[in-house]
Amino acid sequence: MNIIETNGLGKRYGSTWALRECSLAVPAGHVAALVGPNGAGKTTLLNLAVGLAAPSAGGVTVLGGHPAGSPAALDGVAFVAQDTPLYKNLSVADMLHLTRNLNWRFDQRYAEIRLGELGIPLKRKAGKLSGGQQAQLALTLALARRPRLLVLDEPVAMLDPIARHDFMALVLTAAVDDGVSVVLSSHVLAELERVADYLVLLSRGRVQVAGEVDDLLASHRVLTGPAAEADRYAERPVVHVRRGEVQAHLLVRAGADDPVPPRWEAHPVGLEELALAYLREPGAAALPGPTLPGPALPGPTLPGPALPGPARDRALPLEDGEPSEVTR
Amino acid sequence: MTALRVPAWPEQGTSLRSVPWRRMAWVTWRQHRIALAGAAALLGGLAIYLWLAGLQIHRDWTAAVACHPASSGACGALAGYAIHDWQPAQIIATVLQAVPALIGAFVGAPVLAREMETGTFRYAWTQGFGRWRWTLAKLVPLAVLLAAAAGAFSALLSWYYQPFLAGNVQFGGSPVRLDAGMFDLLGVAFAAWTLAAFAIGALAGMLIRRVVPAIVATLAAYTGLALAAALYLREHYMTPLLVKNADAPGSAWVLSQQWYARGGQPVSQDTLAQVLSGAPQLGGGKGGIPQDDPSVNQYLVQHGYTLLTTYQPGSRFWPFQWIEGGWLLALSVLLIAAAVWLVRRRAA
Repeated sequence: MNIIETNGLGKRYGSTWALRECSLAVPAGHVAALVGPNGAGKTTLLNLAVGLAAPSAGGVTVLGGHPAGSPAALDGVAFVAQDTPLYKNLSVADMLHLTRNLNWRFDQRYAEIRLGELGIPLKRKAGKLSGGQQAQLALTLALARRPRLLVLDEPVAMLDPIARHDFMALVLTAAVDDGVSVVLSSHVLAELERVADYLVLLSRGRVQVAGEVDDLLASHRVLTGPAAEADRYAERPVVHVRRGEVQAHLLVRAGADDPVPPRWEAHPVGLEELALAYLREPGAAALPGPTLPGPALPGPTLPGPALPGPARDRALPLEDGEPSEVTR
Repeated sequence: MTALRVPAWPEQGTSLRSVPWRRMAWVTWRQHRIALAGAAALLGGLAIYLWLAGLQIHRDWTAAVACHPASSGACGALAGYAIHDWQPAQIIATVLQAVPALIGAFVGAPVLAREMETGTFRYAWTQGFGRWRWTLAKLVPLAVLLAAAAGAFSALLSWYYQPFLAGNVQFGGSPVRLDAGMFDLLGVAFAAWTLAAFAIGALAGMLIRRVVPAIVATLAAYTGLALAAALYLREHYMTPLLVKNADAPGSAWVLSQQWYARGGQPVSQDTLAQVLSGAPQLGGGKGGIPQDDPSVNQYLVQHGYTLLTTYQPGSRFWPFQWIEGGWLLALSVLLIAAAVWLVRRRAA
């Protein structure tokens, strides 16, 4: 089941496309990170997924085929918006009561115990809580609805490191213990390394990378070798070149079994490094879906689909019949 | 971090019903009780004053009307008290014109504008209740509650102004119930205007999305509508009656008065003054013509002029009330529907 599925999704504000031709399928049971520079369309995509915004083109479904914003979708999707908006003049207890009244399901006991653990007094006004406590309250309210999908828009951007850690711990608990699917946007890359097992990278309103983190890491290597030879490497598609005085580091799409040229060393790549490399190269894409136009590959292209594992099974429409491929 | 687990979702998927409407009652009450308390304090404070002042007015007028013989000095004194009451009552009537506008601006406008301004709509519209139902469940009860309170308040107003409106002209005052400034305080009009003001405020809040500009816009839009209704619309609710060479009844709302010559063309004041200069005993000539002097009118009629007066008779008070209440109700329903529609289609 795809927890979020978009097909040719686009959103236009005036004459500007905030999101374009976005085809994406995030399977259930993941903590999916939505990454991208400011203005890449992260918030737009999340707003479309929770039904706050209506698409200008294409469509988006959640929870395995329910249109975003439909009653079934509203029932099963909990959303914590950026800056965690709460009614500042209501007490914490009132916020619980409010959320309870607005939903079929609300686990009052869970919410009260959670807030007790966090040391958030029920009688305090929501506006009087610290930023971290407000975020925790918003998250607790969302989880007490017992959603199947939890959508978080920049949840930790405003939090200090400790609050950030506690917040993510609660998200992970819900995901791991209770099987809640999570989609969260963030540009705190270091945080994602710890929690995310699915990565969606947006750039300039388009999907640049989408896939399970394990698959992405397994299909990318960092090659370190003499800077002078960096341009001659052509055995595998190069995503990004980081050049030093002596050495160059290439992020290439290659597995652990792929041959390494003489005088070059291969290292596994981390999620943060991988995401950064793609963010620096908006022309590069790692997608089972439509590819972006880019300069032709200097060397031979990969024979098969770029991504191993489930990514290959995802049936997404290919634009103009182009093969799914990595371009550089 | 916690041993407590979120239990599995029990009633998922199959036959998903909507969250019941009654659940919103608490939400609406909790979120708008301060605004409602403000409206209640405004109306309640005015009501206490009107009640106390009204008792005094009723005592004065009962005494003045019952006094015999009317020409006695004691009765003159009582009549003086009765006449004296009219001045504050007139000021009150002017002040009360602002009450529906204030309610619309300070209760109606923030309902949606505050959600948009603070971003809490992102919370509210993603809950299971659904956004258009949420909007309807807020606006309709608030509108009904405010209109009911305004209706009760205007019943008190009708009682307060009853001595002046009873037609005891000899004690002064004697406003006409159809007059602008009085008509919209009586009957169903006051409640209808309050309802319309709330609906204007709600829609302005959704369109402007900021509280203070929405309040200003509501006050402006309401004032424009109320002036348009009083100055241009109301006199056309029913075809005015026409009376020739005679005064309209005392309770009538006189729309126009004009002298015409034999040929049917309107006559200017200057011409009339010239005609009257031939009869100095009537005080005509310089300074225009004396108004409402039967002997002057008689003189002019004898010289071939015709006075045409158009008016709305006092007996049309209730038909006018229902017409005005009706279109204001329809307008309010439309405005609230527009606000709900905007919420439904608005992109975040």
